[in-house]
Amino acid sequence: MFRRRGDRYTATFAVDEVRVLRKVASEVVGLLTDGFDHSDPVVCRLFPEVYPEDATGTAEFRRYTEGDLKTAKIDQAGAILAALPGDSGGEVRLDAEAAEAWLRALNDARLAMGVRLEIKDGTDLGAELDDAVADDPSSSRVFQLSVYAYLGYLQESLLNALID
Amino acid sequence: MGGMAAPQVAPVETPDTDEVPAADRPWVTIVWDDPVNLMTYVTWVFQKLFGYSREKAEQLMLDVHHKGKAVVSSGARERMEHDASQLHAYGLWATVDRS
Repeated sequence: MFRRRGDRYTATFAVDEVRVLRKVASEVVGLLTDGFDHSDPVVCRLFPEVYPEDATGTAEFRRYTEGDLKTAKIDQAGAILAALPGDSGGEVRLDAEAAEAWLRALNDARLAMGVRLEIKDGTDLGAELDDAVADDPSSSRVFQLSVYAYLGYLQESLLNALID
Repeated sequence: MGGMAAPQVAPVETPDTDEVPAADRPWVTIVWDDPVNLMTYVTWVFQKLFGYSREKAEQLMLDVHHKGKAVVSSGARERMEHDASQLHAYGLWATVDRS
């Protein structure tokens, strides 16, 4: 988890954490490049309709802003990939700009996973995880829920380090 | 934002005669509650983007959380669209509407 050291934000990651972070950041990049599709609920959440009752206004807004927004989101996911150690554990050191890019990118990854996992207001993650484990401990849902929870802790620790 | 190639032309819509002048009805940016964004993150984004005090940002975040949505800025339509696109970059669920 992140801590502030002078003007840097540092955290030490185990090899499994590095792999998970690389995977989720790459998945966000993939979502924004290969399969970009507004009918995908994840894309819909990351690029909300700015005028929910005005399709023309929304389309116009997207025409002017979506390219930049997509680039920004790809760049912030790229900030995670760029700062991670190679395929081993190790320390990540971020300056303030990179730390903010990480915050936004972690948030995008959590939003994407939250949609897929059908996280709702009041969802009790611990209970969800218990149910999923009872159902099948080796299921992809168990893994995804754990990653989702992990990303939340990581984002919060980075945010706290930035605010302190 | 910016970088629009052509100048924006006024919409070709005939206003109702009893309509209040557009300048008197500013637009608003609304942030909606969602189950994923951390409360501390939402507060931080409001401070960061709008320069709001911690107290004001926290109050807005609580409004979003408890009432389901909150108006976070108001003004000209272009300005609100700019705010919304910034909020989208931070992953907040923002829309623009007439006030």
